[in-house]
Amino acid sequence: MSIASSRFLTFGNLSNIALQTSINALLAVGMTFVILTSGIDLSVGAILALSGSITAGLITHGTSPFLAAIAGLLVGVVAGLFNGILVGYGRLAAFIVTLGTMTLFRGLTEIYTHGMPIFNLPLSFMKLGTGYFALLPTPVWIMFLVFVIGWVMLNRMTLGRRIYAVGGNEDAAFLAGVPVKKYLVTVYVISGFLAALAGLILTARLGSAEPNAGTGYELDAITAVVLGGTSLFGGEGTLIGTIIGAFILGVISNGLNLLNVNAFYQDAIKGIIILIAIMLDRKKISR
Amino acid sequence: MKKQMGTLALAGILSAGLLAGCGSQQNSSTQTAKDTSTQTSKSGKTIGFVVSTLNNPFFVAMRDGAQAEATKLGVKLLVEDGNNDPSSQLNQIQNLIQQKVDAIILNPASSQALSSAVQMANQAKIPVITLDRSVDSGKVATFIASDNIKAGKMAADQLIQALKGKGSVVELQGVIGTSAERDREKGFDEEIATASGIKVVAKQPADFDRTKALNVMQNILQANPNIKGVFAQNDEMALGSLKAIQAANKKGIAIVGIDGEKEAINNVQNGSMLADIAQQPSQEGALGVDNALKVIEGKSVPSTIASPLQLVVKGTQFSGF
Repeated sequence: MSIASSRFLTFGNLSNIALQTSINALLAVGMTFVILTSGIDLSVGAILALSGSITAGLITHGTSPFLAAIAGLLVGVVAGLFNGILVGYGRLAAFIVTLGTMTLFRGLTEIYTHGMPIFNLPLSFMKLGTGYFALLPTPVWIMFLVFVIGWVMLNRMTLGRRIYAVGGNEDAAFLAGVPVKKYLVTVYVISGFLAALAGLILTARLGSAEPNAGTGYELDAITAVVLGGTSLFGGEGTLIGTIIGAFILGVISNGLNLLNVNAFYQDAIKGIIILIAIMLDRKKISR
Repeated sequence: MKKQMGTLALAGILSAGLLAGCGSQQNSSTQTAKDTSTQTSKSGKTIGFVVSTLNNPFFVAMRDGAQAEATKLGVKLLVEDGNNDPSSQLNQIQNLIQQKVDAIILNPASSQALSSAVQMANQAKIPVITLDRSVDSGKVATFIASDNIKAGKMAADQLIQALKGKGSVVELQGVIGTSAERDREKGFDEEIATASGIKVVAKQPADFDRTKALNVMQNILQANPNIKGVFAQNDEMALGSLKAIQAANKKGIAIVGIDGEKEAINNVQNGSMLADIAQQPSQEGALGVDNALKVIEGKSVPSTIASPLQLVVKGTQFSGF
């Protein structure tokens, strides 16, 4: 790709790719936690839109950006708690629960916004999405921080070990004394929180909250997780893989734009690259 | 067996009660909001309005325009939101046919898939008017829409003028294959080709979506740092590209969008965007109701009606939607 377009390997472009990947990476980190327990969270795109809209709405009604952002993050936590309780304590299939809440949260967003974007957000809030810190865009730093915290949680804490145990074999984990339900709730709360965080960043980047923001993002996040080698059956996978998966997706979109590839071919090419990447990944593992 | 029947009956009663509850609630809320509309149906006519989605300001404005006109004319308007799903629109049309409405205004999510729904209405002798997009087959009393080819041409003219006939421009495409995308592209490409000094250096899809346009434009700016103009096939993408241009600290890039969204109009007024080719969805909705009533009353209407376009540049009086 660097041969085809001399612009690909410039610092500006690489920092761009990181910036464009950050939203999907946040969702994908949360999704990794959920998929490790052999669950799935289809509601992340809708949570992103809901918390982004509520934050923007509060700001335009005079709430300070900081408090509005806290409220937006709380929305994500509550949404995740709702998913988690239904999956963990309600013993309902994660796929069905989050399919339902995806529609529910999207509906709440439409009710709240009346289908209109909320704009005219102050610069102090937009800094969250457009600001820079030590040469890199703020969202890239946030992505990095979230990755590090997530890595520590999964690899250096009891929480992580138990999440892997729940996904590996739920019954065995239960018999071994792991409070399975509690951990199921926890992973959906993490996913909801990160979706809300992604919602705030996206809103700040655009300078407006879009009621239909995040449509289809759940599939991008799942693709990143699977590309990164995490098993959809739970118990197996790494966060570093997920981040790499998210970056592969970002690089593909960026490259297709730089090369000015005709619109008709873009999706087909994207799909083929993803399939090849997954095949290479599996080959490596089986070896 | 008996128990099962009992449960079924109970479920039936419950859901009927729920539905009735929803219905009456909706009625009372519209009644309080628009007192005059439901109390006095002057003409006594009922028109069904099946809109492709209400998850988009353009169609919300269209609905509002239609509702206001219906209130004015004393027509009862039943609005159905299709959530961009042709099959739910099909069901909604079937329901409207069952309710024996006097006419149906349809803003189809898909031109092909809704043809059969229109044919059903034809069989039931209920006239159908299409708004913004039409259907491939079935009889339609009139089709009301903006001329998208013309909108593309108008956008190209603005860029040609602003760039004085030379420079590189970018075109951001909407969802590939939709008629709005095809027509706006056709109009723009034909007109921009008349200025030999202007080159379209990148033509990329961003699906009418603001976030996608932001990312796509950011990428394009990497490959083409010297562009002078952007044509975005809708305002959402124009606003996304504006954010990308601002983030890259580029000055003097002329952006033209299409639609007439309030936020885009504001940016034209403050000079961040060069121009907007505004459609007037609320007038389009009003035209729909007007003509539906004409058709019901047996008056003749033309087979296509162009809904007005307005060029908005800095200083133009236009409020947007």
